[in-house]
Amino acid sequence: MKLSAEVNIGIGLPTTVPGATGDLLLEWARRADAGPFSSVAVLDRVVYDSFEPFAALAGAAAVTSRVRLATMIAIGPLRSTAMLAKQAASVHGLSGGRLTLGLAVGARTEDFDAAGVEHKGRGKRLGEQLAYIRGNVDGDVVGPSREGIEILVGGLSGPAYSRMARYADGYAHNGGPPRAFAGAVARALAAWSDLGRPGKPRLWGQGYFALGDSARGEAYLRDYYAFTGGFVDKIAAGHLTTSRAIKDYVRGYEEEGCDELVLFPTVGDVEELERLQEALA
Amino acid sequence: MNVAIVGGGPAGLYLGILLRKLDRGVDVRVLERNAPDATFGFGVVFSEETLGALRDADPETHLEITDTFARWDRIDIRYQGRELSSRGHSFSAIARKRLLEILQARCGELGVTLEFGVEVEELPEADLVVGADGANSFVRGLRDFGTKVRPEGSKYVWFGTDHVFDAFTFAFRETEHGLFNAHAYPYDERMSTFIVECPEAVWRSAGLDGMDEQESLAFCEQLFANELRGRELYSNRSLWLDFPKITNATWHAGNVVILGDAAHTAHFSIGSGTKLAMEDSIALAAALARRRWDLEAAFVDYELEREPYVERTQDAASESAAYFGRIASYSHLEPIQFAFNLITRAGRITHSTLGVRDPAFTRALDAWFGGRPVSPPPAFAPFDLRGVRFENRFELFERTAFVSMEGAVSPPESTAEGWSPPKNVLLRLTHAGRRGATQPRERGIDLPLADGWRVVAPTTKPYGPFGAIPEPPDEDAVLATFVAAATAARADVLEIDMAHGYLLGSYLSPLTNDEDDRLRFPVQVLEAVRAAWAGPLAVRLSVTDWHPRGNTVEDGIAITRELAGHGCDLIHVEAGQTIHDDRPQYRRGFLTALSDRVRNEADVPTLVGGYLTTLDEANTIIGAGRADLVLLDLPDTHIERPLPPSNTVLLGEVRA
Repeated sequence: MKLSAEVNIGIGLPTTVPGATGDLLLEWARRADAGPFSSVAVLDRVVYDSFEPFAALAGAAAVTSRVRLATMIAIGPLRSTAMLAKQAASVHGLSGGRLTLGLAVGARTEDFDAAGVEHKGRGKRLGEQLAYIRGNVDGDVVGPSREGIEILVGGLSGPAYSRMARYADGYAHNGGPPRAFAGAVARALAAWSDLGRPGKPRLWGQGYFALGDSARGEAYLRDYYAFTGGFVDKIAAGHLTTSRAIKDYVRGYEEEGCDELVLFPTVGDVEELERLQEALA
Repeated sequence: MNVAIVGGGPAGLYLGILLRKLDRGVDVRVLERNAPDATFGFGVVFSEETLGALRDADPETHLEITDTFARWDRIDIRYQGRELSSRGHSFSAIARKRLLEILQARCGELGVTLEFGVEVEELPEADLVVGADGANSFVRGLRDFGTKVRPEGSKYVWFGTDHVFDAFTFAFRETEHGLFNAHAYPYDERMSTFIVECPEAVWRSAGLDGMDEQESLAFCEQLFANELRGRELYSNRSLWLDFPKITNATWHAGNVVILGDAAHTAHFSIGSGTKLAMEDSIALAAALARRRWDLEAAFVDYELEREPYVERTQDAASESAAYFGRIASYSHLEPIQFAFNLITRAGRITHSTLGVRDPAFTRALDAWFGGRPVSPPPAFAPFDLRGVRFENRFELFERTAFVSMEGAVSPPESTAEGWSPPKNVLLRLTHAGRRGATQPRERGIDLPLADGWRVVAPTTKPYGPFGAIPEPPDEDAVLATFVAAATAARADVLEIDMAHGYLLGSYLSPLTNDEDDRLRFPVQVLEAVRAAWAGPLAVRLSVTDWHPRGNTVEDGIAITRELAGHGCDLIHVEAGQTIHDDRPQYRRGFLTALSDRVRNEADVPTLVGGYLTTLDEANTIIGAGRADLVLLDLPDTHIERPLPPSNTVLLGEVRA
């Protein structure tokens, strides 16, 4: 969806909103594809009542034909490198080349424990995964083809920006007020320039919204981000619950040069999708 | 609702005032350890912006505070027997003691309970507890705020004097022990604050570590007798200190909130401590009003509002602290440049913003820099390097030539035919070393080719994931290719690439070379190229590896000195990329501070990029002597926007 000339608007699938059913996710994806949104996106978490991101996007691929399918982000190092490449390539192939693969190192040790993967060294492993997926270093033995997968990298550390500029097509920001996005973008552009990449990175932002039962949405956000301790308050404070707030947020991101802004629902109610569409109209 | 504020400094008292104004039903107590008239420090500084906020928050105290203010708009810089002034800076200051009196009286009017001489030993019983108890906050220690404390800057000591300065004065005094500097400003009609500062090594050398309070006061008095015009310094438990930079991950926990120095400190050299503290009080009171005493929601609002501003101020303060720590390295600068460097040290004032405050100053700087009474800004001044004149400081065209097929990054692409080189071409001679044999960089960099050639390096570790294992270089052959390339080169400046983990760069770093004399081969190449090339010769250098076991900026400065001694005319300052998993620190202008250090500590001209996106940055950097040439990353200008196709019928069509 284009609110204006510049920023694309994507919508999140409620894959991490507890109680969301497969039917809901598919209906959501169908409506997003029929509506004005330019992408549908998913989050990644193991120890939670949530869907696996690549499985969810594979489902979405089957019921959509237009929207891009994005992980915003997937925690790369939870998966082995070849399996991550295989999953991503499969979604890409199933969707006719519509995958945007956002990757980052993740924040929760419990996810790594549950997956039976070392938390330590995750940054180094993500670097290897990016080199593998982007560089076709396997000699294309692990198919299907990964050609044309748009790769984004998220994270706020120096090494994260460096991995982004070294291997990816763009940067996936983790949400927050437009000025926080602007600060991260300046760093991403500095890294892009330092590593001598031609052109400009694609800049993806995100936010959370609930336009109906926003109290329910906030309760979910507080539960989902309880692991961040005090920071959960700031995430909850950024919850977009009015159409005014959504418009301001979109405008703020657009002014900071955002290419694609993904709005994630905090309430798993398909009406939310219509409400967002109205708010943006 | 009852509120206990621990700490009766400006932040605590002001918050008390604002909370009682907000709601007379709220019971507010301020608990202060000392007597009402005890105070540490002499005067405090405010900016115009803060005054506006104080006026809006409480006009009564604003009136009293501004009535007793010392105001001035000048910064005087006394350096090497000269005094330079810059105007238009709008400072105000007040005696801390007087400020406290005004706030205490206002607290009295509004029914804030003030309890003095109270040593708080546990968290007070109250609905809301505020830790306004300063840098060594007791309240902060009772909850987990994620506190970090680390010293920054030099040794300093805080005095008063009865010499009334008529400007914010920075004075510098060279001694046999090293350089001392003073920060002085008036705060009423009788007195000034006078802070003396010097690096720890200078402080020890001068024996100040062994002096008592009286002896160190006498030392400083004598040292700055000129500035003090024979007046005295006054001590108020004035001991030499290290400035603690305090940050907290959060400023609230349960019903406890912290503000002012308890939450965050900013180095005194930008004079923002009291201002930040009182602005915190305003923000917290406003948030409590907006959220109708929902503490949790108000605390989040308060933090969200204040955090970005405080962080920016703390960053600027750290830059300023670091600047005064290395002040001695600027003693070779001409007074006007020294002054401009000082004024722009924290990154908050630039050439263009100073030009608005004080056009006469920037005109004088430009004139000195350009060598004519009316000159364009510094980035437009010509620059001479080994007989070659550059018309300005930013129009430099970089080209890279790989000295051999082995030393290429990627397979060669067909280059545009008939390309005529513009003026000021910097031709970089690169041997990619173990970063060679990679795919074209449109898709990403350091992605190995499936069928690449052998790569060479002084280490056997591949550069990045899936990279080839490097073989030992044939040094004689590599040397010969550099010489051949230099001999054939057509350019205004020739540059040898020793940065970013390319072959020569990998020789220089302990991360990639076990040899004792890591400069051996790079210097050999430098000398050979120097012999083959008569024009300006630059070296592109990663002055730090951005890695705990790699070269530090001090190492980079030492390497720079060596290279300059072997015929290098210009250092092109870069950082990192020596290994692929380094810890870079990206931001706008991320190489500027490194260039400043290299240029002024090794006394070698520098060229610097690092994501500089405005001409103003170039003018500031060049004018302040942080570099001699800059590489700009100018973004596209989106001034004109496309119009939608017009529905209007053209007149000609109507007629037809």
